[in-house]
Amino acid sequence: MDGAAATAVPSAGLLPFGDKMEFLGIDLPSYSWATVFGSAISGVFLGAVYALVALGLTLIYGVLHIINFAHGSLLMLAMFAVYFLWKLLGIDPYVAMLIVVPGGFLFGYGLQRLIIGQSSHGRDEIILLVTLGIAIVIENAALFAFSADERLVQVPYDMDGIDLGVTYAVYPELAALGGSLLITLLLWLFMTRTDTGKAIRAVAKERRGARLVGINVDHIFAISFGIGTACVAAAASLLAATYPVHPQFGYLFVLIAFTIVVLGGMGSFVGALVGGFIIGITEQLGRLYLGESLGLITISAIFILILLFRPTGLFGQRVR
Amino acid sequence: MLEVRDLHAGYDGVEVLHGISLQVKPGEIVAVLGSNGAGKSTLNNNISGLYRPFAGAIAFEGTDITGASSERVVELGLVQVPEGRCVFPNMTVRENLELGGYRRGREHRAQNLERVTEVFPRLEERFAQLAGTLSGGEQQMLAIGRGIMTEPRLLILDEPSLGLSPILVDEMFALIRQLHGQGLAILLVEQNVVQSLTLADRAYVMENGTIALSGMAASLLENPDLKRSYLGM
Repeated sequence: MDGAAATAVPSAGLLPFGDKMEFLGIDLPSYSWATVFGSAISGVFLGAVYALVALGLTLIYGVLHIINFAHGSLLMLAMFAVYFLWKLLGIDPYVAMLIVVPGGFLFGYGLQRLIIGQSSHGRDEIILLVTLGIAIVIENAALFAFSADERLVQVPYDMDGIDLGVTYAVYPELAALGGSLLITLLLWLFMTRTDTGKAIRAVAKERRGARLVGINVDHIFAISFGIGTACVAAAASLLAATYPVHPQFGYLFVLIAFTIVVLGGMGSFVGALVGGFIIGITEQLGRLYLGESLGLITISAIFILILLFRPTGLFGQRVR
Repeated sequence: MLEVRDLHAGYDGVEVLHGISLQVKPGEIVAVLGSNGAGKSTLNNNISGLYRPFAGAIAFEGTDITGASSERVVELGLVQVPEGRCVFPNMTVRENLELGGYRRGREHRAQNLERVTEVFPRLEERFAQLAGTLSGGEQQMLAIGRGIMTEPRLLILDEPSLGLSPILVDEMFALIRQLHGQGLAILLVEQNVVQSLTLADRAYVMENGTIALSGMAASLLENPDLKRSYLGM
């Protein structure tokens, strides 16, 4: 997000406190509280979208107990869907959510039911390789069909926004935050209030018991995969106006999403959301203090630090 | 009501059951007895549709359910309360019970919930507690309660007394008698020979994947072979 670059320069009129800060013998630039705060806020916006990608991943992990390597390429595919809906049909990327989210669900459902479930015979190590294979196929197909060019959806309002005093929040950022929170809330309601959601939670922990109350486990697996894919489709729609898409686009987000899932606790929704915000804020502050490229190491640093003290992640449950 | 004919079944091509035949008539309690490894759970799993039998036939109320899916079996009202309870540990007691009505008994969920709490007042006290935090006896109650939520026509109870204290075992058998008193047909799979035979109408004794003995429960209690092998008399 360009927020980092924008806030890296101390706002005019706000005085930096002190000249230099020293940390572990490294001289750090010093910024005013307002700048730091503004940077943290853009971290919240960024973290919200990370959380959305992580949410789908953690759901699939929680139920199927598999690491879905195809998650990133599904995000990329959904980004291209949003892009072409805009380019060819003139559909606004946010409106496109109404198409790509149900589409993502069906695609994920079919993928699990027809390919992953069929080929894996219920063995976790095979599932892992199948998702990796799917990722490779999707990426290379995208490379072949769309070439490696970067493409960006342009919306007329991408620079409009609200002045929050310490930072300027553009509408795409606000939409990403609002959309992520709304989708997390809907997902939580779905998982706790509906029979299908409860069945998903039941299958996650006790497959035999689930089958004995008449739950079709294959169907529930596919629904979970479908919802996970719908989550990345929603994320794609929220990201499209800010990030240019290209066939390798998924890596960036999915690597961070994996970090968030482990950090928050495998299979935990709250963990994914909180973890997303932690990583988003850390990343933005890291960029502010250490620069664009070095700043990213703060993600790994906080990741290792949290796991040192809580090996199961922030909201993870101890393995029974 | 339930008719199993010449059932051959097992896992990964290894045959465990070598031609089992048994039946349960409406309103009966039928006990299936046998030591560990006799094939009792394999029998249950095949009846409930968790595994496909190699050969033979299973019919429930005139419908052929040989190799049917577990959803289909549950839908027909043939419900198993499994050995080891298999409650959903990450969900509350209430949610566990509600899921009992996932496939069958959905319309009467509220009434069924009341019925279960009448039988197990202790479960109502624990409604908001996670099932994984319950004691073994409470989990067994929950598993049976979840089974009742499914409005069973025939309830298979797999080792309901396993791992319970002697007092709780007595309570459990009293409860089974109570459920039977309400007209429910029960297939009771147990290692606890004396108490099961005292409760049941008829019984089958399994050994090494075959039916070694069968008959009226009262007469089996007097059977010298059974006394020798199971009661050490």
